[in-house]
Parts: sequence; structure tokens; C-alpha cells
Amino acid sequence: MREYWKKNLGYMVALLSVWAVVSYGCGIFFVEQLNAVRIAGFPLGFWFAQQGAIYFFVVLIFAYYVLMQRLDRAYDVHE
Amino acid sequence: MSIQTWTYIMVIGTFGIYLTIAWMARVKDTKGFYVAGGGVPALANGMATAADWMSAASFISMAGLISFMGYTGSIYLLGWTGGYVLLALLLAPYLRKFGKFTVPDFVGDRYYSSTARVVALVCAIFVSLTYVAGQMRGVGIVFSRFLEVDVNTGVLIGMAIVFFYAGLGGMKGITWTQVAQYCVLILAFLIPAVAISMKITGHVLPQFGFGGRIVGGPDSGAYLLDTLNRIGTDLGFSEYTSAFGAGQKSMLDVFCITLALMVGTAGLPHVIIRFYTVPSVRAARLSAGYALLFIAILYTTAPAVAAFARYNMVNSLSGATYASAPSWFRNWEKTGLIAWMDKNGDGVIQYHAGAPFQGKPAYADGAGAMGQRMLTNAPTASPNELYVDRDIMVLANPEIADLPAWVIALVAAGGLAAALSTASGLLLVIASSISHDLYYRLINRQASEKRQLLIGRIMIGVAVCIAGYFGINPPGFVAQVVALAFGLGASSFFPIIVLGIFWKRANKYGAIAGMVGGIGFTMLYIVQTKFLGAAPWLLGISPEGIGVVGMCLNFALTIGVSLVTEQPPVEIRELVERVRIPRGAGAALDH
Repeated sequence: MREYWKKNLGYMVALLSVWAVVSYGCGIFFVEQLNAVRIAGFPLGFWFAQQGAIYFFVVLIFAYYVLMQRLDRAYDVHE
Repeated sequence: MSIQTWTYIMVIGTFGIYLTIAWMARVKDTKGFYVAGGGVPALANGMATAADWMSAASFISMAGLISFMGYTGSIYLLGWTGGYVLLALLLAPYLRKFGKFTVPDFVGDRYYSSTARVVALVCAIFVSLTYVAGQMRGVGIVFSRFLEVDVNTGVLIGMAIVFFYAGLGGMKGITWTQVAQYCVLILAFLIPAVAISMKITGHVLPQFGFGGRIVGGPDSGAYLLDTLNRIGTDLGFSEYTSAFGAGQKSMLDVFCITLALMVGTAGLPHVIIRFYTVPSVRAARLSAGYALLFIAILYTTAPAVAAFARYNMVNSLSGATYASAPSWFRNWEKTGLIAWMDKNGDGVIQYHAGAPFQGKPAYADGAGAMGQRMLTNAPTASPNELYVDRDIMVLANPEIADLPAWVIALVAAGGLAAALSTASGLLLVIASSISHDLYYRLINRQASEKRQLLIGRIMIGVAVCIAGYFGINPPGFVAQVVALAFGLGASSFFPIIVLGIFWKRANKYGAIAGMVGGIGFTMLYIVQTKFLGAAPWLLGISPEGIGVVGMCLNFALTIGVSLVTEQPPVEIRELVERVRIPRGAGAALDH
């Protein structure tokens, strides 16, 4: 069980790092640098802050769901 | 048919649906009343959570706010969605496994302390009350704008509807009406958004139109966002897409507000308790994903609507004569949401940065030279002549896009759905805090099922009346206290729950010290800066963002005090072990 919990924490740290990078990194701290890059009509930093980060959030939650489904089965703690 | 007739049809029709659902979902036991029997499918819980979460403010005001704030509006977009990642990864699965009825339940059991339970229930009631007052007001305002009934009558109608379905069906009734309310509000938001996107950029999806080129008009062929930047600078505003410029919030402030809103979201009791209603830990993880997906549909559309509405408004009004202004301008001038003061008497609407006059529009009798409504406000020195209430950006959208009357009626129904769904979730938190946490857990542990249920229903009634009272007599501080709700969510519940799950060593002394310290500091700062007029003295952080500092303080105190006091008892450490393992969540409801 110790191992199960460690792996769970590992997934969380990895996914929360992505969470922090897309929202705070790309959307706030480096928004000015990224705004120099353009994709279609969007300055990239602005896109992350008002669109991109939200898409990432949705993907992150579903990714955690899938990873934990597998982990629960591997350690036989699923319902 | 007229807009008014359509609005009656839409509003009465949707209310009929909610009441029918409530009648079908009526409950007879406390498990049904507090957590919908714990059997709500993940998809339905996702929709219900989305409706629960998206309030009148998200539906009516947010796009308008962004449209005036440009990049800085991202604090709401990021802040009110990013918290779901924290919920899904850090809280929801474990709270579901713990499997009780309320948030104070977890705090009281995990920290084996009635004091901690009382502190938690006071926080839960306070946070929810501040929030619900605004919702009832929102119901009244939608009624008065679209159906021309008095605001107070609107509030009373809203109270009656909410009392009927929340009192009858408790969490079960609320859940299934919220599913219906989500469908109404998302359609009401998307239909005008798609239409206006096609009109301005030719893209069906507003998310693409946002970054697309303008079709038609004087700016044909240019990118929408480039045009907004250019128009903005011409009129003396800062660029729409640029960050941290003059007159905008600093990077540190944007960071703090965003984080406070995220953490506050994850700490709001009415959101957390939705995850007690699903059948398993797996379903809790999945429904958090669905919830954010359904929220993201609105939250990625809103900034696009903000940009379209801004372009449309400036393009059709700035420099136009009053006589040639589009008809929606005169329609909404009647409601006082938009006003024009012809300061230089040339009959042309001049739009620039800065307020046109002091305060909200106050009208004199009679019409001006051009037929405009005359104002009695004292003009400012700014060359700006146009007053625009931010709510108009969503409310007037269907007319700006020349959509048929039934769409305008649908927007009214959507605004009501957004306000009612959030209000009902909050009312249940207030009622369950008193009837379950206070009465059953602390006063009368022997109370029968029937008696608990009766008290729960009475408390819904009491909570509806209090909310209605604040809706009819809005205290001047309602807008300010929203900052307080998030600040308290962030500085009270979030750190305590996270540490309770992830750190076995956390004990009751730490938790009580942490909650009291975190809340105390946050409240002090907000009261100082919002009510006593002090400047934001801590690194210039706005009161909206101070919850982050309160949260850090709470974490530090809980950890520090726990380490210098004794370990929690062995059964608590075992409880934490059990909460971490998904198996057996179905049987965990042992009340």
C-alpha cells in the first residue's frame, strides 16, 4: 500500500506541475515573452491565459482519472 | 410574438420542468436529503456541479467584466476553472471515500474535536450566506429586466421556487434540477455566442472566431484581437491583449488573485459536498472531469463573447450620431444600463477611457435635443460621453446579433437557471450545517431520521428567508463580500482538508490554530482594505488575492503547532489510511 500511495503522489506531482506551468508559467509569469509568438490571431501568452490553460485543466483531470484507474487495478484496491 | 410573450413562455416552461423534476425526486430519508442517496451517476453529477458552480455572475457579468479588463480578465477565467484540478487531485476522491454528509463532518471527525467542527460550520454558513445573497438579487434583477415585474416580486418568486424543490427533494431534488438548469443555461449562453461569432468573424466556434479575422465592415480582413488593440489605444485604453500595463494590475497581484480564486473554489463547501453524492471514488474522480468540461464550455466561450461585444460596441457606437445609433442602444438606454451625456453638444457619441460622469446614471424628466434620456449626474473632465454597465455585454448580445425574440427570452431563462442553481446548492449547505452538524452531531445525537429530516426542511425554509431578505434589502457590501467568501474558502477549509488527507501527523491543535489564524488574518486584511479604506499594505496585494497569504499562514500554523503537540490518536491515523484507499466507499456512509 505504501507503494500504491507513493505512485499516486508521483502522478499528482507530475500533473500539478503541468497545471502550474500552463496557468501560472505561460498565462502569467511569462505572458509577455510568449505574447511575442503568434498563432493565428492570438498572441500566445494571451491565448494560454484565456483559452489554452483551461483546455489543459480538463485534460489533466481526465488523465488523472485514467492513471488512477490503472493503478487501482494493479494494486487491487478498485471497487 | 413579442419578446415579452416569449420570455413568459420560456420562464414558465423552465420553472415547470424544475418543479416536475423536484416532485419526482422527493425524498424520505436523510441520506437522500443530504447526499442524494449517494447514487448520482458521474455524468449527471458533473452537470449538476457545473450549474451549482456557475452563478448569475458567471453567466451575466463575467464576459462583460473581461471585455473591459482585457488580459487582466484572465484572473476569473483561470481562477474559477483551475481550482477543479486541485479538487479532482487533492480532495474529491478522499472526501468521497470518507463519505459523510458535510464539510464540517470531515473537519470534526478527522480532527476529533467539537471545537474544530464548530469553527468549520461557522465558516461554511458565513461563506454560503454571503454568496447566496447575491444570487437572490440576481434572480430579482433578471425578472425586472425581462418581465418588467418589480425586483422584490422577482426575489419572492425565486424564493418560492427554490424552497419548493430544495425543501421537497433536498440534495436529490437539487441535483436533478441542476442537471436541467445546466442544459438551459449553456444553450442560452452558446446560441447568441455562436451567432455573434459568425456575424463578426464567420467562424461557427467562438473559440476560433476569437483568434480569427473580421469579415465585413471597415476592419475587414484584420485580426479581431489586433483591431481591439488598435481601437483601445486610439481611445486611450491599454492594449486589449497586453499584460501588466499602466492602470492594470501587477504581476504579483494577478498571480495572488488567480491562486486565491483557484484555492477558494476548491475550498467552497457547496462545491465539495457535490462529490459526496456519487457512488464511488472512481465516480468522484470522473465527475470532477465532467464538471470542468461542462464549465469549460462556458468559460472558453465567455472571453470570445467579451472580445466580440467590445468590438461591436465600440464599432457601432463610437463616433456615431445618436440618431444613427442601432436600435438596441435605445432599448437598453431605457433600463439605465447604458447612457449618453452629450457633453460638447455635437450629437455624436464620443467614447474614451474614463468615467463620463459621477456615479450611476440618474435621469431627469424629458428628452434631450437628440431624444436621448437626460442625466442629472455631474460630468467629469474626461472627454468620454458614454456610460456602459458591464452586464449589457451578455444581456444585449442577442439584439446586437439580430437574433429572434425567442433567443432573447432564452437568455432570460438562462440567467435565472444560473442564479437558482447556485442558490439552491448554497441553501443546502446552510441548512445541513445547522440541522446535521449543529443539531444532530452536537446537540441531539439520538434524533430520529424523521426528526432530522423535518429540521433539515425547516432550515431550508429559514435559509431561504434570510437569503430573500438580503436579496430584497441588499447590504451595500454584497459585491465586496464575494472576495471574502473566496478568501475564507482558501484560508480555512483548503489547507485543513489537504493536510488532513496527506499528513497523518496533523492534529486538532494544529487545525484549530491554522483555521483561526488563517481566517483571522484574511478577514482583518479584507475589512481594513474594503471597509476601512486602508491601502492594500501587503506588497500591494488586492483584498481579492489575500486569501493566498491566509492559506500559507494556515498551512504554517497547522504544521508548526501539530509538530510541537502530541500525535493524533491511533484510530485517526487509521482513518487517514482508510481514506487513501478507494475500495469500500459504497459502504462508508455509516450514519
